[in-house]
Amino acid sequence: MSTVIEVRNVGKSYGGVVANKDISLDVKSGGITGLIGPNGSGKTTLFNSIVGYHPIDSGSIKFEDREISKMNVQEIARLGLLRTFQQTRIYGAMNCVENMLISLPHRKMSLMDSFNRNTRADYDRADQLLEFVGLYEKRFLRSGSLSFGQQKLLEFAMALMNEPSCLLLDEPTAGINPTLINGLIDRLKRANSEFGITLFIIEHNMRVIMNMADHIYCLAHGEMLAEGAPEQIQNDQRVIDAYLGAH
Amino acid sequence: MTALRYLLYAVLLVITVLAPFIFPDFRTQLATLWLMIIVALTWDMTGGQMGYNSLGNIFFYGTGMYVAAVIAIGLVYDVGVYTSASGGGINEFTPVQYFAGIGLGMLGAGLFCAACAIVIGYITFGLRGPYFAIGTLGVAIAAGELVSNWDWVGGGQGITLPVYPADLDEGKLFFYYVFAIIGVVLFIFLKWLYSTRFGAAINAIRDDEEKAEAMGIHTMRYKLTAWALAAFFVGLVGAISAFQLISFEPLETAYQTINLGIFMVVCVLLGGKGTLWGPVVGAILFHLFKEITWNYLLGWQWVALGALIVVTVVYFQDGLMGWLMHRKPGWFGIRIDEGSDGARK
Amino acid sequence: MDQIVSNISLLFEFPVVNLKILIDGLMIGALFALAAYGLALVWGVMNVKNLAQGDFVIAGGYVAWWLAGLGLPPLLGVPAAFIVMWGIGWVCYKLVISRVIERDLFTSLLATFGLAIMIAQILNLLFGSDTQSIKLPYDTIYLADGFIDIPIAKLIGVCMAAVLATGVIIFMKRSRMGQAIRATAQDARAARVMGIDTEKVYAFTFSLNSAICGAAGAIIVMVWLIQPFYGITYAIRSFVIVTAAGLGNLPGVIAAGLGIGALEQYGAHIFGIGYQQAIAVLLLLLVLVIRLIQQRRKRQSLQ
Repeated sequence: MSTVIEVRNVGKSYGGVVANKDISLDVKSGGITGLIGPNGSGKTTLFNSIVGYHPIDSGSIKFEDREISKMNVQEIARLGLLRTFQQTRIYGAMNCVENMLISLPHRKMSLMDSFNRNTRADYDRADQLLEFVGLYEKRFLRSGSLSFGQQKLLEFAMALMNEPSCLLLDEPTAGINPTLINGLIDRLKRANSEFGITLFIIEHNMRVIMNMADHIYCLAHGEMLAEGAPEQIQNDQRVIDAYLGAH
Repeated sequence: MTALRYLLYAVLLVITVLAPFIFPDFRTQLATLWLMIIVALTWDMTGGQMGYNSLGNIFFYGTGMYVAAVIAIGLVYDVGVYTSASGGGINEFTPVQYFAGIGLGMLGAGLFCAACAIVIGYITFGLRGPYFAIGTLGVAIAAGELVSNWDWVGGGQGITLPVYPADLDEGKLFFYYVFAIIGVVLFIFLKWLYSTRFGAAINAIRDDEEKAEAMGIHTMRYKLTAWALAAFFVGLVGAISAFQLISFEPLETAYQTINLGIFMVVCVLLGGKGTLWGPVVGAILFHLFKEITWNYLLGWQWVALGALIVVTVVYFQDGLMGWLMHRKPGWFGIRIDEGSDGARK
Repeated sequence: MDQIVSNISLLFEFPVVNLKILIDGLMIGALFALAAYGLALVWGVMNVKNLAQGDFVIAGGYVAWWLAGLGLPPLLGVPAAFIVMWGIGWVCYKLVISRVIERDLFTSLLATFGLAIMIAQILNLLFGSDTQSIKLPYDTIYLADGFIDIPIAKLIGVCMAAVLATGVIIFMKRSRMGQAIRATAQDARAARVMGIDTEKVYAFTFSLNSAICGAAGAIIVMVWLIQPFYGITYAIRSFVIVTAAGLGNLPGVIAAGLGIGALEQYGAHIFGIGYQQAIAVLLLLLVLVIRLIQQRRKRQSLQ
């Protein structure tokens, strides 16, 4: 498996607070990679560094062998590296189908293409993906009126609509009704296997990430604490200490 | 429903064509009404549909005036000589020269303004929210001040163009129809534009630009295109206004920041931002208000207009269409999930 | 073009001309800084971007001019304008500003633009559109063989501006109201929780801003000219200064104010007095572009 995202010795601090220190990791193509760590360990900071929300102090970040640490958000997104937000972001005033249609991969369109109306195929694909996440019945409702969990599913479907080559998910199960989590895990796995999208997931819920990921990195206090297969991480005493120590 | 709608459009079109004959004394007024509708519709392209509230769109109006005037004069005379003579003595234009000047002037003005929008937009669209509004306002004010110091185009005196080369009443009719045609074309163009992916993309920029960026939408490209299209149409009406007014000067007529520059914003707010009919309805309401105050308030009309701006902005910002949309969401095809908790947020 | 070149070469031939321009620029810059400080105050405390700022300045100038015409000693015009504009600011707050604080930023910008148009037009109706000024019965000091002329009136004006600024700073640092204002600026919700009546703080802040502007205008009318429609450029200058200096940065506001005053005087000298308004606005664009480049380096946009 080739490496999609290659993070090398990345450091980032806010004022005097070190959020990331000398982080290196690899996200393998076609797999599901997990990133865990207690609150405040610098997971979201690392995500934001990768997708271009703020500059990094040192180190390098490569996406498909291209240096992206100096690019801004849209340039990176146009390469096919997408992210979802921890606080869900959807277009609340539009209905679900409109949300999906906006998420068409604009990066593959020329300006003239954008002057076309959406085709039958676009609508079909939107319906199909809404069906996939289980929102088909609600597709004509204003998305702002959906529950938080449903909005999260919608955001996930929007990301799939965009046909990314790699998707960064920031806590996909946070705020979702526990009874629905198994269904979500299943869908994430299918997105990975059926659509061939490489996933890189921040997750708080240990059970969820152990079920999904084939490789896990664990951060604590801004530093890389451990990495390995799920079983290794599960039994790593340092990881257990870090989680317990944080409470 | 659609049959009814087409009937409505047909009736409106007939009214548009016949209006100058029904109200023969108000032909210039009606032309000005179309001007207001056009600038309001173009302002809404960025302000309402894209969320970029420009206070400087009047820049394209003034620039359109000057570009058209320079082209029309330049076809026949040396511009510097013409303006330094204040148009006196040498403003002999044959009808062919006159109409060629209008045609080429409008085309040149539209294209030049679109090009300006791309250059200026490349800088100002990096600015968000209030900075964008103030930055564009700055562009408009600076342009007016600079042009009023530029002697080649007449400096603070402005330019006097030739009068319509035939019966003046016929001239009024001519200008009315030019404005009306631009207005109708613009309306149809926007109706189509807002139904395309482009329309959806600029709405996405308005609702959450960061999310749009994160999804890889070419935000800068869309912003520039939208503004350039708006600028093209404003340039066109600026050009035709120059010929209609005959004589204009930089600060009060061309780059009239505190008149038309702000009126277009108020029209849109009155009618309803981000809708197709809002700017049209708003422009009609505003124009009526303006004409009534002009006739009855004797000097205090400006204060009344300022008050109207404040009241609209503070109390009635969603406008007529926004109010309707809020009261009758079903009319606009909006459905809300009443069963879930999100609806009550 | 030749004119511009000869104007520039004059600066090098007679270095003392530089000094004259600089002194003039710093004097007027002090008044710009005063108005800009008011803007930074309302912007920082209540997040209102006040485009009527310049019209408050001009209105203050007219108050002083009108009272001087009635026989009030000109120097008393400054406190009088302060008081009158305080009242007008309070009325504006109650009628308009209090209803736009919680709204998006464009609302406050547009509402104050409407306010600016109203004020300018009312002044125009009341006092006419001619330029006005108050002639003070003081001498002019000549330095450097008459190259530099400093009217004592201007000196007095600058001193009054300094006194006013110092007074406001001490008030903000020491008084209870000043503390409440600073607390509200940091976090309005927390301030409310701590029992600060933020509504009162907002009303006070806006009135204070209006009063500061009014006093600045009263000084301006003694040493320069005012006209009902000069307001918008003063507002834009305030925006230039605040954008360049950033919020809550008092030394920065003063430095930027003085700098803008000096740059404008240089520009007017080189390009001609007709370009003065244009230069003020072009400086705004320049500052915005510089800030934009700074932000882009941080992978951000200017919000």
